[in-house]
Amino acid sequence: MARAVTTQRKIVFTAIAWIIGLAIFFPILWTILTSFKTEATAISDPPVFFNFDWTLENYAIVQERSDYMRYLWNSVVLAVGSTFFGIIIAVPAAWSMAFVPGKRTKDVLMWMLSTKMLPAVGVLYPIRLILIEMNILDSKGALIFILMMINLPIIIWMLYTYFREIPGEILEAARMDGATLKDEILYVLTPMAIPGIASTVLLNIILAWNEAFWTLTLTTVDAAPLTAFIASYSSPEGLFYAKLSAASTMAIAPILILGWFSQKQLVRGLTFGAVK
Amino acid sequence: MTRTLRALMGATALTAAGFAVAAQAETITIATVNNGDMIRMQGLTSHFTDMHPDIEVEWVTLEENVLRQNVTTDIATGGGQYDVITIGTYEVPIWGANDWLLSLDDLGDDYNVDDLLPAVRGGLTVDGTLYASPFYGESSMVMYRTDLMEAAGLEMPDEPSWEFIREAAAAMTDRENEIYGICLRGKAGWGENMAFLTAMGNSFGARWFDMDWRPQFDSEAWHNTLTFYIDMMNEYGPPGASNNGFNENLALFQTGKCGMWIDATVAASFVTNPDDSEVADSVGFALAPDNGLGRRGNWLWAWNLAIPASSDAPEAARAFIAWATGPGYTELVASEEGWANVPPGTRTSLYENQEYLDAAPFAEMTLRSMQAADPTNPAVDPVPYTGVQFVAIPEFAGLGTEVGQVFSAALAGQMSADEALEQAQELATEEMEAAGY
Repeated sequence: MARAVTTQRKIVFTAIAWIIGLAIFFPILWTILTSFKTEATAISDPPVFFNFDWTLENYAIVQERSDYMRYLWNSVVLAVGSTFFGIIIAVPAAWSMAFVPGKRTKDVLMWMLSTKMLPAVGVLYPIRLILIEMNILDSKGALIFILMMINLPIIIWMLYTYFREIPGEILEAARMDGATLKDEILYVLTPMAIPGIASTVLLNIILAWNEAFWTLTLTTVDAAPLTAFIASYSSPEGLFYAKLSAASTMAIAPILILGWFSQKQLVRGLTFGAVK
Repeated sequence: MTRTLRALMGATALTAAGFAVAAQAETITIATVNNGDMIRMQGLTSHFTDMHPDIEVEWVTLEENVLRQNVTTDIATGGGQYDVITIGTYEVPIWGANDWLLSLDDLGDDYNVDDLLPAVRGGLTVDGTLYASPFYGESSMVMYRTDLMEAAGLEMPDEPSWEFIREAAAAMTDRENEIYGICLRGKAGWGENMAFLTAMGNSFGARWFDMDWRPQFDSEAWHNTLTFYIDMMNEYGPPGASNNGFNENLALFQTGKCGMWIDATVAASFVTNPDDSEVADSVGFALAPDNGLGRRGNWLWAWNLAIPASSDAPEAARAFIAWATGPGYTELVASEEGWANVPPGTRTSLYENQEYLDAAPFAEMTLRSMQAADPTNPAVDPVPYTGVQFVAIPEFAGLGTEVGQVFSAALAGQMSADEALEQAQELATEEMEAAGY
């Protein structure tokens, strides 16, 4: 009897999980489906799910009109570049706060997090003027720096949480064996925190990939990533849903595939901590 | 000298020449919106660069609000990111007066500035200086289903009154079959519901401000405008109308769910296109309605090309604008894509061209609509501002959207028309006092 109840509960929980999962995935599914419709079918009422004449016309139009590869390349450079430099800064910062905490460590952590509460538009003009002065407006280098800075608090917080779960005795033992600070971080701490670092990297890549405020306001041509590519398909006068869906599908496909392949690490890193 | 050596020298000379041309080439960056006519212009860019091999063109296409924000920021900070910008009739007089735009008075003899439609040209001129060149222009008009009108036993006059529109909407509404007599903008925004309601208000004798910049939402004319609009939409409009903008109403009309739709003249080519519209063969056109007060409820708008003062390639930008908005471009589009695809609403000569009139059955009504709007004298009573469906002051974008939100809430049933007008009056009074009017 107890077994039957357990099985029943399992079925119920699995069904609920599937319903929630499908509800979360539905907007993406709908975007993908719409990208294969004509503009007329895309707005049909009642909406059509699968029973329509599938067409690749929207993808052909988007390919013809936009240089997709250039936008894709810029997105890759910005996401990977900002994550790479962010991790280089965040690992030692999180290490120092996790293993050599000072009186004000908690305050510093809170202060870093509080910078995320500032509306981005509040610092748009100063940052823009600095970039103009330095002649690096619409450059990938400037965007990498800005994206790194805005995501740094989150990276440090995540790594700090993982590092806190690593017993300090292990690092002490390494020191007693003659490990330098560099050796300690590179050869002892980092390998133990790989799941945490991996999930931090993945999350940061996703955040940088999807960032739309700075990438839209500080770029024109040379550094414009896929967010600018999507924005160019919205139209104030004329139907655009199918073409916009095709552009969106092309923009999210790389990060969606990356997410699928790495979901095991991502879930493990986000839910289990560093050494469990 | 051997033949190989000579060939090598020749190739080197050619490469050097190539590098020299590339080194001299000036790049202009053009910011634009994703409208059909703009996209067509992008496709024809090679015709311009063939004529100007020393100029390279980069396109930046953005969503309308993002474009407005980026261009404003770029001009204010002197970023110089754009050399040619696409801006609307609302921005031109404000930005021109601020010296944010370069003068376009010298676009050359071929440009033929006197051919521009007077109303459009007037809206782009500040103190006698032309600050933007119109790429395409539009007004608003009534688009209606001829089959439903016939079934209702009515005949749409060329110049309908608001009362006739309400009568026709009642006769065409068939809620069981999801056919709604009238579809109008309800989505909040200065360029959304407020564009329609400001133009409609003009025909009811309403105005935003009196000659001393005092808000006028407490007037009888605004009460009549808003109650007429809300009553008609509640009785004969589609459900959820407070969320409907241009594209939502276009979708409704194209799928046969609207008896009448009053909106931009540019929609005429969409609703008569059989590839997208289920009702393409049964659409008629009429002027926007009036109330017999001498003003019609139609607006005047143009998308224009201008050069920001921060541009570092103004001469190349000027050459591009002269090409893209000159009479030669019209001929080019006609030869490449047919007369029906020529950008409308900017030049008198287009409406004298029989080939165009044959290809675009809505051309005559479009021209009459545009001529019926007067941006310098939009309301029945005198006003201190220019603009038919907007007020050409910097504060209007914010204020118009706030008032639009209140009116949209009234349409959604969250408050009465009079409560909405009271709030609008308070908002406008506060804003104008804060701005020092």
